[in-house]
Amino acid sequence: MTDNKPETAQIFGKGSNQVVWLTIILGLAGVAGAGALLFIIDRGPLHTNQGVYVNQDVPFSHDHHTEGLGLDCRYCHTSVEDSAFAGIPPTATCMNCHKTVWANTEMLEPVRDSWQTGQPLEWNRVNDLPDFVYFNHSIHVSSGVGCESCHGPVNEMPLVYQEHSLQMRWCLECHRSPEDFVRPKDEVFNLDWEPSDEGMSQKELGKKLVAEYGLEPKQNCSTCHR
Amino acid sequence: MFGLLALAALVLVGCRQDMHNQAKFEPYEKSDFFLDGSSARVPPAFTVARDSVDPTSSIYTGEDDNGWMSAVPYVVDEAFLHRGQQRFDIYCSPCHDNTGAGNGMIVQRGFKQPPSYHEQRLRDMPIGYFYNVATNGYGLMSGYKAQVKLQDRWAIAAWVRVLQRSQNVPEGSLSAPDREQLRHDLQNAESSTASAHAAGAP
Ligand code: HEC
Ligand code: HEC
Ligand code: HEC
Ligand code: HEC
Ligand code: HEC
Ligand code: HEC
Repeated sequence: MTDNKPETAQIFGKGSNQVVWLTIILGLAGVAGAGALLFIIDRGPLHTNQGVYVNQDVPFSHDHHTEGLGLDCRYCHTSVEDSAFAGIPPTATCMNCHKTVWANTEMLEPVRDSWQTGQPLEWNRVNDLPDFVYFNHSIHVSSGVGCESCHGPVNEMPLVYQEHSLQMRWCLECHRSPEDFVRPKDEVFNLDWEPSDEGMSQKELGKKLVAEYGLEPKQNCSTCHR
Repeated sequence: MFGLLALAALVLVGCRQDMHNQAKFEPYEKSDFFLDGSSARVPPAFTVARDSVDPTSSIYTGEDDNGWMSAVPYVVDEAFLHRGQQRFDIYCSPCHDNTGAGNGMIVQRGFKQPPSYHEQRLRDMPIGYFYNVATNGYGLMSGYKAQVKLQDRWAIAAWVRVLQRSQNVPEGSLSAPDREQLRHDLQNAESSTASAHAAGAP
């Protein structure tokens, strides 16, 4: 009587339930995974360029010029105290010294070419906010926020890299609690400054300075998106 | 599977760049329009910025009818001198050092040694001359008018004068305790050079 069996065979075998569950679980895991991946990529250096050395045609070293020779940041970044833009030095600034110091080295050839032809040197940007964000150096520098709080130990960098993510949450972290970062105004350009130099913890000193300088960084959207 | 997800994630993240680089120039941004590749333009010849000073006036040239000006055309108070000191330390001390003797770090690395501010010729120079050198340079030294503002160049000139005075104080004008201190320091200096000689230093 085996012939009475229906023509159509059982399509789903015994294992098929497992397959269904497996698909559901894998599918969910996939969605969650994609979300997590997006999250990680969004905050990671791949997307923010945080911590990535930027190569330049002329291997200009902040380590040699600031830590080694003791030059002040303002010798080259002349507008950092009174404008939005910190300023990148023109070729003439390099030539103040390099018309004689290291004058015939190959490393400095692009600088000499630029000096002779008047064609500006090209520097690859390291820190670059999206164009829809308004940022201003002078307000920060004159409020006791040190270069180091935002750019890290530039004075020790042979090539500059971006120290922080520069994401909105990073700006807000400080705008919400400036006392965690603010330093005395005359230490803004001193990248080796430590709160312990004043014999206090950052919290204590920060609270005192925020009151003294009357700082109230704004958090409304139009502060940075105008 | 993972590869696909990573690709999808990258594509999604990549979508965000549209408003990041807008059709405007940020300061010093590269431009494909101008021949020199720079979006920052040099003002046409003979243009004068609204707040700029007449380039033939004494405050700008450092000279008046009697030659180099002998006084600073600003009110010289403590704040002005502090400003001068700060600017001097940033822009001049790399070569002239903090005291004006001319042994700065860049000189130690091979740049021509400048004359000391404390030699008689420079002591006798009117203050307008120092403003002029800070502005236009001298010999191998470049001018600093592109890096230092007008008022700050005058503040620097005033600070150079302070340095000169500080290294050339007649002993008679010192107060008694200061004179005592000076004798003491001189004696120490002599005995330390003496011991350095003894140790074989030139
Ligand atoms: C001798 C001149 C000179 C001095 C002094 C100097 N810089 Fe720079 N800086 C440059 C040049 C040239 C660049 C562009 C090339 C590069 O990014 O390395 C630059 C780039 C930078 C950048 C990255 C800019 C970007 O593209 O985002 C930062 C941040 C910076 N400097 C901070 C500092 C700080 C802080 C100091 C003081 C400790 C300092 N610099 C002193 C010449 C100088
Ligand atoms: C105030 C003087 C001064 C200025 C301004 C200056 N340099 Fe230098 N630079 C030096 C000296 C001195 C050395 C030799 C370094 C040493 O002996 O450690 C040097 C070395 C260098 C070197 C050789 C590699 C190294 O880092 O040792 C490069 C490249 C260089 N400078 C590029 C530049 C560029 C580009 C600028 C302009 C943005 C510039 N420098 C501005 C004084 C200066
Ligand atoms: C509050 C944070 C903060 C502080 C403090 C700060 N910077 Fe910046 N800096 C930035 C950001 C953000 C950018 C990128 C700006 C952009 O893309 O428009 C930047 C860019 C720069 C650049 C590139 C040119 C420019 O202006 O875009 C230089 C050079 C620079 N900073 C130097 C300095 C120096 C020197 C100091 C200390 C005197 C300093 N910065 C202090 C956040 C800071
Ligand atoms: C380490 C601390 C710190 C960081 C990081 C920081 N800020 Fe600020 N910001 C301040 C302080 C302090 C002030 C001054 C507030 C005052 O004067 O009351 C300020 C002021 C400003 C102002 C002027 C508006 C106002 O509040 O009066 C703008 C615009 C601004 N910040 C934008 C930014 C942006 C954009 C970023 C991120 C790229 C950023 N800031 C990161 C501390 C910080
Ligand atoms: C202290 C400065 C600051 C303030 C205040 C601020 N933002 Fe932002 N915002 C930023 C910066 C910096 C970025 C760029 C982040 C990046 O490059 O990832 C940004 C990016 C954004 C973006 C684009 C995000 C993207 O993925 O491209 C949006 C939308 C935005 N902000 C909305 C707001 C709103 C809404 C508010 C008010 C509640 C606000 N912001 C307040 C600094 C600020
Ligand atoms: C890069 C090194 C360097 C820097 C920085 C520098 N100078 Fe000089 N300065 C020199 C040299 C070298 C000479 C001698 C020039 C010569 O004889 O060719 C000189 C000469 C002088 C003289 C004497 C002129 C004379 O009649 O003999 C004065 C005054 C002077 N500098 C002032 C300044 C002031 C003010 C600053 C800051 C704004 C400054 N210098 C920055 C290198 C420098």
